Amino acid sequence: MSTKQFLFSGFGGQGILFSGKFLAYKGLTENKQVSWLPSYGPEMRGGTASCSVIVSDEPVGSPIVSNPDILVAMNLPSLDKFEQSVVPGGIIFADSTLIERKVTREDVTVYYIPATKLASDNGYPTLANMIILGKVLKVLGEFNTDDLTAALKKVISAKRADMLDTNLKALTLGADYE
Amino acid sequence: MADKVLMKGNEAIAESAIIAGCRHYFGYPITPQTEIAAYMAKRMPKIGGTFLQAESEIAAINMVYGVSSAGYRVMTSSSSPGISLKGEGLSYMAGSDLPALVVNVQRGGPGLGGIQPSQSDYFQATKGGAHGDFKMIVLAPSSVQEMAALTVKGFELADKYRMTAMILADGTMGQMMEPVELDFEVKPSPEKPWATNGTKMQRTHNIVNSLSLVPEELERLNFERFERYAIVERDEVMYEEYLMDDAEICIAAFGIAARVAKNAIVKAREKGIKVGMIRPITLWPFPKAPFKKAAEQVKHIISVELSMGQMIEDVKLASECKVPVTLCNRAGGMIPTPEQVLAHIEDIYSGGAK
Amino acid sequence: MVVFDKPKALADVSMHYCPGCTHGIVHRLVAEVIDELGIEGKTIGVAPVGCSVMAYNYFNCDMIEAAHGRAPAVATGVKRANPSEHIVFTYQGDGDLASIGMAETVHAAARNENITIIFINNAIYGMTGGQMAPTSLPGQVTQTSPYGRDVNHCGYPIRVCEMLSELEGPEYLERVTVNNVKNVNKAKKAIKKAFQNQIDGKGFSLIEVVSTCPTNWGMTPANALKWLDENMLPYYPLGVYKDRSAKEE
Repeated sequence: MSTKQFLFSGFGGQGILFSGKFLAYKGLTENKQVSWLPSYGPEMRGGTASCSVIVSDEPVGSPIVSNPDILVAMNLPSLDKFEQSVVPGGIIFADSTLIERKVTREDVTVYYIPATKLASDNGYPTLANMIILGKVLKVLGEFNTDDLTAALKKVISAKRADMLDTNLKALTLGADYE
Repeated sequence: MADKVLMKGNEAIAESAIIAGCRHYFGYPITPQTEIAAYMAKRMPKIGGTFLQAESEIAAINMVYGVSSAGYRVMTSSSSPGISLKGEGLSYMAGSDLPALVVNVQRGGPGLGGIQPSQSDYFQATKGGAHGDFKMIVLAPSSVQEMAALTVKGFELADKYRMTAMILADGTMGQMMEPVELDFEVKPSPEKPWATNGTKMQRTHNIVNSLSLVPEELERLNFERFERYAIVERDEVMYEEYLMDDAEICIAAFGIAARVAKNAIVKAREKGIKVGMIRPITLWPFPKAPFKKAAEQVKHIISVELSMGQMIEDVKLASECKVPVTLCNRAGGMIPTPEQVLAHIEDIYSGGAK
Repeated sequence: MVVFDKPKALADVSMHYCPGCTHGIVHRLVAEVIDELGIEGKTIGVAPVGCSVMAYNYFNCDMIEAAHGRAPAVATGVKRANPSEHIVFTYQGDGDLASIGMAETVHAAARNENITIIFINNAIYGMTGGQMAPTSLPGQVTQTSPYGRDVNHCGYPIRVCEMLSELEGPEYLERVTVNNVKNVNKAKKAIKKAFQNQIDGKGFSLIEVVSTCPTNWGMTPANALKWLDENMLPYYPLGVYKDRSAKEE
């Protein structure tokens, strides 16, 4: 891979910014060039939140992802807003608990993961974001427990070490979902 | 080598200021730069520094005026509307020859405008920005690493020339995270024999003042100040050239616009169009020489800006109107896309710039 | 033998103030207090915009000239730059402190900023030639209230000490005047206390000095003092408006 552009989108409070940040840190620990850019402003308070993440072998030019290779849509407004922006041949990951419709495009690969339901069924109600990210990493062939642990250590403070294990379990849950 | 960490641009500025020895920060909340204040509120009490949320941007800049008068490194930060309020203080600081670092994480205007990124305070920053003849050293970072490095540099330049240094960033630069290394060699604050920090009964009193009622005297002070500015223009210009060696079209862009333009340049080169870029890092002093040189080489200059076209005037002056200069822009909080810049390049190229 | 000399903290220059103006008296009181407390070497004064704009030339301690109304914010910066080593005072008129700088005044008081403010209230803008001030009395004729201050049109004068006394923040608020020897002595005592409070780390102290402006009031100095007595003092009663430490004791 030379450059992968990700767009994470969902409700404020779904951990959209966190999963993007985690992915950026994962790139950093693997000596990639990375950037992370959130949407900001009033829409962050309960409306649509999104963030652009770029992971690349080369220096990152514009940090703004307008045509993602990978779209993670965690609610319907996000899919409505960004479905058409995905590059042909790109991948869309949709939280099928919250998005009832199907992706209409035929030139992209789509994975439907009931992330919100998996999260509540397994006792991680706040980690739907990490469940869906686990699937993303699995599909991209980047699901490696050691790398993930290293990256999690960067985004979770030592004081909350128990959260590290929980996040790893959530990632694994998503990765294993068929 | 220090570990690379991921930081928001705003946080990188705050931490770098602390590394540069700044122990006093005053500010007033405004999007999209509030992380700087939040970071300082957390860190300053733990290192014996002062964070104070002022009652207004006006008060904040005047608190900065006070700390700077006493001889300490000090900063404030805001976003466009707040910088207008600081204008009075910026003029007084220039008139009193006080050093300080001021950060403007720009948003769309005029008026209350919006909160999305913009570069429309270029004129305000580079042409004075308030009443009277004065300049600020204006630094335009284009990555989080530069947000950090130019903050340190800004304090050093401010002290060296007794001027305000301004970091002219935008909402994108402030909000984005990138890996950053914070291992800076910091030049310590120089002796400040002019500071009003108490005579200790060992010297006659110092006066920090911008009032001068005798016009001959005020004229002399202005001329002296501009002699100092001339040294800054001679010695402190910073810019980056990107693929300019064989360029036939030159892009002028700073900050986030330069990042966007870089993507467009790569795509244009893939199509065989020889495009390069001059990215001013100091907006004042403006890098006139490279544009003058480029005008002898390229057929066209494109100024890419998040404004209705402000830097383009300096580009035209520097290139002495020897080649056409056109504007590729978005405004009001919108950001040009690489596709828009590429289309502009292709348009110029097909129109005879080959 | 010298029986009467300038305080050491007062510079040996002639002041620009008009004959009969009370700025000279108050400058002297501030300088005497600085001498008596032995703090000249660590004192930094902040001058306003207004008649006392050039106060920076009249004190021997370090001085800063602030933008109009911003002296409390500048003083906040100087004080916080080195709280244990800096004694900071501002010297401000009514337009500076109670009009354009009202926000800075109120918030410095609310923060109980450990600074000393000397507030000269003469109910008029002196330097610009006699315009209406936020403290001009109802009916008072000025250049910009030529038919007398009409409270229905431009509102009522502001009683600064009373207003600030409603805040939790400030340590000490007193209104004094300098119209006779007895009151001059009282004023000096208040100013000294305001500086001592700062030395003791008690916080924000503001001394309002009800003053005259013979030139812009259009009176002889003696008549100005009489006018002050008959018109200013009934509207601006002298006294201590807040003294937190005394209350606690």
